[in-house]
Amino acid sequence: MSGNTANKIEIKNFNFYYGNKHVIKDLNLSIRANQITSIFGPANSGATTLLRAMNRLSDLEPSTRSTGQILIDGQDINDPKVNVTDLRRKVGKVFEIPAPLPLSIYDNVTYGLKFLPGKKKQEILDTMEWALKTAALWDEVKDRLHDPALGLSGGQQQRLCVARVLALKPEVIIIDRSCSGLDPISTSKIEESLIKLKKDFTVIISPHNIAQASRVSDRIAFILMGELVEENEALQILKFPKDQRTSDFITGRFG
Amino acid sequence: MIKLTARTSERIAKVFILSIAVLIMGILIWIIGDILLNGIPHINFSFLSQMPRNMGREGGIFPTIVGTLMLTVLAILIAVPFGVGAAYYLAEYTKGGIVTRIIRFGAESLAGIPSIVYGIFGVLLFVEILGLGFSIISGALTVSIMILPTIIRTSEEALLAVPKIYRDASFSLGATKWQTIRCAVTPTAIRGIVNGVILGVGRCVAETAAVMLTMGGNVLAVPSSISSSGRTMAVHFYILAQEGVMQNAYTTAAILIILIFIINIGTNAVIDQFISKRTKGAR
Amino acid sequence: MLKFKENLPGYIFFGFALSAIAALFTIAMFIFREGIPVIIEYGFINFITGTTWAPTRGDFGILPMIVGSLSVAVGAAIIGVPFGVCCAIYMAEFAPEKMKKVLRPTIQLLAGIPSVVYGFWGLVFIVPFIRNNLGGNGFSLLAASVVLGIMILPTIISISEVSIIAQPKTYKEGALAMGLTRWQTICKVQLPAARSGIIAGIILGMGRAIGETMAVIMVLGSAAQIPKSLLDSARTLTINIGLEMSYAVGTHRQSLFATGVVLFVIIMILNILAQYFTRQRVKKV
Repeated sequence: MSGNTANKIEIKNFNFYYGNKHVIKDLNLSIRANQITSIFGPANSGATTLLRAMNRLSDLEPSTRSTGQILIDGQDINDPKVNVTDLRRKVGKVFEIPAPLPLSIYDNVTYGLKFLPGKKKQEILDTMEWALKTAALWDEVKDRLHDPALGLSGGQQQRLCVARVLALKPEVIIIDRSCSGLDPISTSKIEESLIKLKKDFTVIISPHNIAQASRVSDRIAFILMGELVEENEALQILKFPKDQRTSDFITGRFG
Repeated sequence: MIKLTARTSERIAKVFILSIAVLIMGILIWIIGDILLNGIPHINFSFLSQMPRNMGREGGIFPTIVGTLMLTVLAILIAVPFGVGAAYYLAEYTKGGIVTRIIRFGAESLAGIPSIVYGIFGVLLFVEILGLGFSIISGALTVSIMILPTIIRTSEEALLAVPKIYRDASFSLGATKWQTIRCAVTPTAIRGIVNGVILGVGRCVAETAAVMLTMGGNVLAVPSSISSSGRTMAVHFYILAQEGVMQNAYTTAAILIILIFIINIGTNAVIDQFISKRTKGAR
Repeated sequence: MLKFKENLPGYIFFGFALSAIAALFTIAMFIFREGIPVIIEYGFINFITGTTWAPTRGDFGILPMIVGSLSVAVGAAIIGVPFGVCCAIYMAEFAPEKMKKVLRPTIQLLAGIPSVVYGFWGLVFIVPFIRNNLGGNGFSLLAASVVLGIMILPTIISISEVSIIAQPKTYKEGALAMGLTRWQTICKVQLPAARSGIIAGIILGMGRAIGETMAVIMVLGSAAQIPKSLLDSARTLTINIGLEMSYAVGTHRQSLFATGVVLFVIIMILNILAQYFTRQRVKKV
């Protein structure tokens, strides 16, 4: 652990609604910089919704609304002054299923970069190489950068999606149940790179099982039915959960 | 009266509907086969390149090939921006509501309007009121409205079939809505959109009634500009058939059908070669 | 300002989209403007119930054409619907992948063939067959029904197939789980559930038959009379316009636009019905 315990993200009294459905209820949570925080809960717990709200992807869905605040470096992301595309560059996101765009590998990694003005060709190439290396994919694809990304294996595709986010040099990386469909080797490659990444980034994951949460997380927040049940250091929560519901979940009584 | 067991009746039913499907294929083969068998032996370079003589009884069909080509290219150029643009609006921008329902109603209704109605409308508006005369441009404008609903529907379906996660991924990489549409949605949907355009091309080539009324099919010279009148192959074929010039009718129809084959099959191959090289594996 | 720039493509696309409804409106407006005066002058009732069409003498009764159009549409449906629906069932439920790979292009091609080619086929095979075996001169309602019945197959097949496939799997699986055979499941569960979609397909098919011009001209003849038997020649609304448009002038010409008005109205009614049934289907599923 880096010892840096500054809070990168503060979520204050956050509520989220799909139409009349109240899916996140008065949630308060701090997420520290340069750590891996797991936001963890059973299906439909609200974890995915919370992650979508953090870079305002939830804006894209009709009839959703939210109250309360999500502060990143003290700035409310829903403030009208915030430029939403800048926010999304700052808070990168890797999705539940590998979602490379139907373009070449190169075009996928540089996808976000080409919308930034004033990037030089060489700069883009360097960033791409760095991103692919950091995502542990460079050696596998360096000779076929212009092949279709959809020709890669599922694990490679997911690492490509990580690389694509890294290329934008975000501050926060959100990874939503990203290993659910992957083989163990790809999973461990992604987990290794996550642990490397936290030196420079704030990482939020929504792990797909307890084992993964325990392998990579510094802290774990347990969410159930839109409410924060408890949040603590990973070991604390896994070994000595304070709340009965957390321990029920961890020991497999539900979920 | 024999009582059939469920098993037997199931078997009979299966054989029955299989034979219907086979029958339909048989009829198609009959219709097309008859024309190709009678027409193909007479296709040769001089038939394609010569002027018709004696009202098409002798000579070739060169002017009608030029007419077909000009009509199709013009109609597609006019219809594609409107059709594809409308599809983008319906698939990407609208949030529903009354205006969208009216637009959809318009597009669906246009698809059902008979071509003869398009034809008399074209005569009124393009030929007479706008003063374009019986000409290729009048025909193209008329036909472009006819193919609009086809292009809208096919393109919209292609856009709606783009998985939502592509849009999410693009947005979360800091793309704006327009950038997302341009760089993530369109490359995925382009096959379907091109398919819609090809269907439109097919309809231009096949259309007869509306073209005959608006293009002034009596003239059998090579059209010199878009304001000349002219004949398409389909119109020429109809006139030959009505006048009982059967051999040349067969030959013209065979060329027409081969052309439609090429448009359908050939363009798919071209799409595979060029457009979807990178998008291979999408969907 | 930034907001406007971001929305600009949306506004442009909206403009293009409006063209669809604008075109429909313009077509209706021009044809009505040209056709309505004759209808008013001659009397709406006289116009649609008159049995004499002699435009040069001032007789504009289009009842024979209305009867002709409706007869060929019904005839086409009688031939096309059973075949089309059976083919759709086969494709949706029974056809092995290989067979689908052949059938789908077949249907596509059927839809893409110019209607004059269908007419030509009818002229070369169906008309002489009827003349030689059933009597009359062969140009008849029967010939038109056969040709149009085949022409509307693609419409009926594709819409019916979609509405069978679009049903929730649970319908079929539930029925099969209760011990019904495949065929019983189709007749008692799947077809009833697909009813709205199939009806929409049939209506659109009949609309296509009513709207067809070239193919019917070639096989129906053009006698402006109310047909008394399947072997009689007849004239449809479309034929009426298509045959006389090129030389008609004055009131005669306007009466052809008036025929167009009637055709337009019939087609729009069918369109609206078809859209209604399509929505029913979407709602149910």
